[in-house]
Amino acid sequence: MLTFVLRRFASMLLVLFCVVSATFFLMRSAPGGPFDRERELMPQAKHALEVKFHYDGTPWQQYTAYMGRLLHGDLGPSTRYRNRTVNELLAQTLPVSAALGAVAFVLATVGGVMLGGWAAARRGTPGETGAMLASLLAISVPTFVTGPLLILVFALHLGWLPVGGWGSPTSWILPALTLAGPYVAYIARLTRTSMLEVLGQDYIRTARAKGLAEWKVVSQHAAKVAILPVVSFLGPLAANLLTGSIVIETIFNIPGAGGFFVNSILNNDGFLLEGVTIVYCVLLMGLNLLVDIAYPWLDRRIKSHE
Amino acid sequence: MSNAIDKSAWQRLMAKGGATRISLIALALVVLAAVFGPMLLPGAARELSADQFAAPSWAHPFGTDLHGQDMLYRVLTGARVSLTVGLAGALIAFFIGTAYGLVAGYAGGKTDGAMMRFVEILYAVPRLIILLIAINAFDSRMKAWLAALGAPDLVNYSRIVILILSLGLIEWLTMARIVRGQVLALKSQQFVLAARSLGQSHRKILTRHLLPNLVGVVIVYLTLTVPAVILDESFLSFLGLGIQAPQASWGSLLADGAQAINPVKSYWWLLVFPAAVMSVTLLALNFLGDALRDVLDPREKK
Repeated sequence: MLTFVLRRFASMLLVLFCVVSATFFLMRSAPGGPFDRERELMPQAKHALEVKFHYDGTPWQQYTAYMGRLLHGDLGPSTRYRNRTVNELLAQTLPVSAALGAVAFVLATVGGVMLGGWAAARRGTPGETGAMLASLLAISVPTFVTGPLLILVFALHLGWLPVGGWGSPTSWILPALTLAGPYVAYIARLTRTSMLEVLGQDYIRTARAKGLAEWKVVSQHAAKVAILPVVSFLGPLAANLLTGSIVIETIFNIPGAGGFFVNSILNNDGFLLEGVTIVYCVLLMGLNLLVDIAYPWLDRRIKSHE
Repeated sequence: MSNAIDKSAWQRLMAKGGATRISLIALALVVLAAVFGPMLLPGAARELSADQFAAPSWAHPFGTDLHGQDMLYRVLTGARVSLTVGLAGALIAFFIGTAYGLVAGYAGGKTDGAMMRFVEILYAVPRLIILLIAINAFDSRMKAWLAALGAPDLVNYSRIVILILSLGLIEWLTMARIVRGQVLALKSQQFVLAARSLGQSHRKILTRHLLPNLVGVVIVYLTLTVPAVILDESFLSFLGLGIQAPQASWGSLLADGAQAINPVKSYWWLLVFPAAVMSVTLLALNFLGDALRDVLDPREKK
């Protein structure tokens, strides 16, 4: 197990290195620089700016210098928000994004498993058909449609919830629901399929023959095995929530890292963009590793990797 | 084989019930409207007019936008872009995914292990985010390249071309996984062993014996990749990094529509109509994919 974790850790570092390098050179090869918008800049002044923001020298020199600073945990300056460093910007915005993502993550997994289990227990009833149709609908409608529609109905028309922003817990409800919606549906579908498969197996028949109540059969015996496909979806789920939160933060005017990500592309703000990408990648790969460690522990039938 | 593509597959699909038929009809309607609709609308619908933000009426069933353009016309031309990107992107993903899965599954052993590890890594990286950066970096270069290639007409479409290519490049993973799994199961079957013992080349075994048996699975995942690519494209366009004005796709129309929702005055038709058409299309495609999976995918036996 330890060698497995160590090996994964090494491969994570390698992947991270590749991603950072790729983003760096992609960003530097984009047309125009971050200082193009300054009006009629004197060559000396432009050079001074470039030195100050580490944009001087050849791309290769910039790259090695950047990597050196990264090793010291310095993500560099932002060319757009000039009096702040990327570290400061991320420290400010990341907790907001993380809170939104965590709420949506819990909502998606708990809601999805419960809905899917419920649908499987009522196989063949109109309730199951309805739940599964609703799930397909929720998967098909993108979040940037449901978000504004929910705002239109619950914030503007009914006035129950705030339009946007990130303050009181009431302002969390709409964004978290919008973000989690499609994944509640996806996990419900996963759970239902695997639950139906498990419920047909012999040991479930034994449990029923013992006279166990149906809800106990489902929640104590079947759920343990039926949940495995959901566990292996948790990694991709985190990736999707991360990408999705960029849109949600734009729609609901949430001061998270996602908005900075989009703006840093449009503004050619290299270090900020690279900083956000690094944080996203580390988060994702860390979560994936956790899932991979948890999986064999949950499923004793699978031998742990070596 | 029971999962072969033949008349009975079609019959089994139809026997799945009314919802499958409705999905097929809805899809056909959207495609027909996208192809022929813009030509059938009166010429005035294409022009900008002074009639800003007009609510839906007989003259403008979907209302008009900021520039007084007919929304029905815009939604239909947007459908052309979105459907083209979805279909072409899914086809690219299909070619890459099938080839990759075939090779990995057939080669087996260490090659297979390494190739599938690479797929796993790609799953764990925020691909769409890196794609955004790549599109930003390559767009102007693509324009220059297309112009140099002597295809000035294509320059206006460079964004679309780049979107198709790049979305195809990130959506092939699931296809590769599925195809590889199928090949692993198939290659130990007797007809493959027989072909091998008769001395057939690897290429012939792959194309003559394995590929035809994969058609069912591949069609299912092709159907499911199209809505995924359409969603990706609309996501990029929504963020302002995909299709750009004056061209429109469903995503960019929805971005405009979402901005038109505010506490002062809500032009709801800018959001609701593109949202409805897009959602119906995606729902129909997903539903059809599910139904096809029930009929064609051998792993999903009832």
